[in-house]
Amino acid sequence: MVMREYFFRVKGLRAGYGGKAVVEDLEVLLGRGEILSLIGPNGAGKSTVLRSIAGQLGLMGGAVFLDGEVVAKMKGPRRARRMAAVFTKGPRTEMMTCRDVVAMGRYPYTGRFGALSAGDVRVVDEVMELVHVRDLGGADFNRVSDGQRQRVMLARAMCQEPEIVILDEPVTFLDAGYKLEFLSVLQELRRQKGLTVIMSLHELELAKRISDKVLCLRGEYGWSFGTPEEIFVPGAMEEVFGICPGGFHEGGGGMELRRPEGQGDLFVIAGGGTGQSFFRRLQREGRPFVTGIIYDNDLDFPAAGALACEAVTARAFEPVEGRVMDRAKWLMDRCGRVVCSQRAIGSLDLANRELLEYAKGAGKLAAMEEVTGSAGTK
Amino acid sequence: MESRRRRGRGGGALAFLGAGCLLLLACSVFWGSVLIPFGEFGKFLRGEGMDEAYRKIVVDIRLPRAAAAFWLGGALALSGYLLQTFFHNPIAGPFVLGISSGAKLAVALVMVEVLGRSMTISSGVLIGAAFGGALVSMGVVLLMSRRVDSMALLVISGVMVGYICSAVTDFVVTFADEAEIVNLHNWSRGSFSGMAWGHVRVMAGVLSMAVAAVFFLAKPIGAYELGEEYARSVGVHVEGLRVLLVVLSSVLSACVAAFAGPVSFVGIAVPQMVKRFIGTGSPLWMIPASFLGGSMFCMGCDLIARTVFAPAELGISTVTAVFGAPVVLWVMAGRRLGWS
Repeated sequence: MVMREYFFRVKGLRAGYGGKAVVEDLEVLLGRGEILSLIGPNGAGKSTVLRSIAGQLGLMGGAVFLDGEVVAKMKGPRRARRMAAVFTKGPRTEMMTCRDVVAMGRYPYTGRFGALSAGDVRVVDEVMELVHVRDLGGADFNRVSDGQRQRVMLARAMCQEPEIVILDEPVTFLDAGYKLEFLSVLQELRRQKGLTVIMSLHELELAKRISDKVLCLRGEYGWSFGTPEEIFVPGAMEEVFGICPGGFHEGGGGMELRRPEGQGDLFVIAGGGTGQSFFRRLQREGRPFVTGIIYDNDLDFPAAGALACEAVTARAFEPVEGRVMDRAKWLMDRCGRVVCSQRAIGSLDLANRELLEYAKGAGKLAAMEEVTGSAGTK
Repeated sequence: MESRRRRGRGGGALAFLGAGCLLLLACSVFWGSVLIPFGEFGKFLRGEGMDEAYRKIVVDIRLPRAAAAFWLGGALALSGYLLQTFFHNPIAGPFVLGISSGAKLAVALVMVEVLGRSMTISSGVLIGAAFGGALVSMGVVLLMSRRVDSMALLVISGVMVGYICSAVTDFVVTFADEAEIVNLHNWSRGSFSGMAWGHVRVMAGVLSMAVAAVFFLAKPIGAYELGEEYARSVGVHVEGLRVLLVVLSSVLSACVAAFAGPVSFVGIAVPQMVKRFIGTGSPLWMIPASFLGGSMFCMGCDLIARTVFAPAELGISTVTAVFGAPVVLWVMAGRRLGWS
C-alpha cells in the first residue's frame, strides 16, 4: 500500500564496486515530478548510487522500484522507455551532428535498423525545441561548447520519453550562466512533462534551490534524506564536507574561506550588507578583525560570523541591550583602529551611531583604504 | 531534408565504390604480365568462346584472384571498423592489434604440421585455425585493455603481440620442410596469388554470412559508438554485443589471414577514409561502405602489386602500407590527440 503512494523508491540499497559497498541500507522515496539532488563529498558514492539506480551497476542488495515495478527486472528497451540518463563523461563521437546524437535517444522505439519514423522525427524536433538546442542541429557534436553539449545530451535522454531522468553531475563543468540555464530547463521539463529528476550536484547553493528532496551522502555508509530544509540545517554541510565553522552559510548558500588567525587589532562597524566585501578583503590579506554591532537579519551577519575573531551581534528590531554595547566598546578599546563600512548610519540605528561617535572620540576612526592594501600589511 | 541530403550522399558514395570495384575487376582481368587483347576481352564479356590460353589466364587465375581481393579486402576493412568501434579507437585494426598475426601464426603451425605429413588441408581447417589464433590474440589484447587506460598503450601492446606472433611464425616457416618453404614464404608475406575458385567459394560463403550478421548489428553498433553507458541506458545488451563484435571481427580477419596471410593497414585506413568520404559515422552506411571501400582498396593494391614490377610481384602489404600508412598518420594528426 505504501509503495503505491510513491512513484520512485529505493529500498535497502547496498551499492558499490568489486564487492565493496560505499552505501548501505539506503532509502529514498520520491513522488512523480519531484527533483532529487545527491550531494556529498567526493568519493562518498554519489556516482555509484546513480549508476546503481540507472541499471549500469549491479545492486549488491536492496531494490529500486519505479511505479511499483522492480527496475532490475525490466528488460533493457522497456526500462529505456521509462528511465533515461546523462553521464558525466560525454561521448566521443566522430562525424556526428548534434541532431544525430539527440536522435540516438529514439533507440528504444525504432525498428530493426534504427530508421526514424515520421513520429520519431517529430519527437526529436519537439525535444530539441524544449531543451533549446534547435539551432545546434547541424553542428558537429565535437565542436560545440560544454554547456551546449550537456543540453544536447539532455535532449538525447528526453527523446527516450522517460518518466524519470538520472544525471551525474550535469552542471559541474558549465559556467554560471549555463548552470542556471540547464537547471531551468530541467524545471521546465518537470512542469511540462511531469519529469522526475535525480541528479548529483556539487553546487550546494543550487541543490538547495532546485531540489524537492535532497540525499546527502557523507561517506562511511552515512546518509541523510529529506527536504532541503531538513538537510541544510545550520552546521550540517560544515560537518559533511569538513569545512571550518561558518564556512558554509545554509541560508544563502554562500561560502567563506578560513578565518584569519590571531587577535583582532581592527574594529569594523558594519551593517546593511556593506561590511561583507570588506571582511573578505581583510580575510585575503590575512588580517584578523572584530566587528559589531551586527543585527541577526543583516546581510553582513553570516560573513561576520565566519570571518571575524569576534562579532558582536544583536537581535533585529529590538533595542540593543546594554551589555552588548559594553562588549562592543570593550573590544573597540583593545583595537588600534576603527573603520566604518557604512557611508551614513541610519537614524534609527542608535547603537551603531553611538559606536561611531565613541570611535571618533577615541581618535581611532580611519578610512577603509588606510587600513588595507600595502599600507595595511605594514 | 537534412537526412535526405545525407541519404543522397551516402547512396552516391556507395554507388561510386561499387562502380570502382567493377572497374578494378575489369582492369584486374585485362591487365597483367600478359595483356588480354581487347577483342578477346570483348568476346569473354559477350560469353563467346575465347582463345584457350587467354581463357585459362582470365578464368583460372585472374578472376579468382580479383574475387579474393574483393572479399578479403572488404572483410579486412569491416573487421577494422568493428575493432575501431569496439575500442573507441580510430587507429585500431586487425593488424595493429596483433589479431592478424595471431591468426597467421595459428595457420602457419597447422600448415607445417599437416603439410609435413604430406596431407592436403581444407580451407575450413585453415579458417578454423586462423579463427582460433585470432581469438587468442584478441584475448591478450582484451586483457591488456583492462590494464591500460590509454588508447596509445593499447595499440602498442597489440603491436607487441603482433611482433611476438610474427617472430614465432618466421621461426616455424624457416624450419619447415624445404619443399614447402616457397609456398609458405609467399603466404607469410601476404599475397592474393594462387587463389582457386574453391577458395573463393569458401571465403564468399563464410564472409557473406559474417557481413550480413554485422549489418544486422548496425543499430546497436550505432548506440555503442556513444559509449557503453549510453548504449546500456537505451537498452542495448552491452555484454552480448561486445562478444559478438569480438567474434565477428575475429572471423573476418581470420578468413583473410587463412587465405592471404597478413595484409596490413587496410583495416585501419579504409574505414577512416570511407567515413570522411560518405560524411557520416552512421553504421548503416559505414558497414557497406567500409566493405566496398576495402574491396576497392585491395583490388587496386593487388593490381599494383602484380603489374608495376611484373613479372616480379610485390607483397600485398608492401603496397597497402604505402597507401595506408599515410592515412593513419593523417588521421592521428587531424585529431586533437585527446585519446591518450
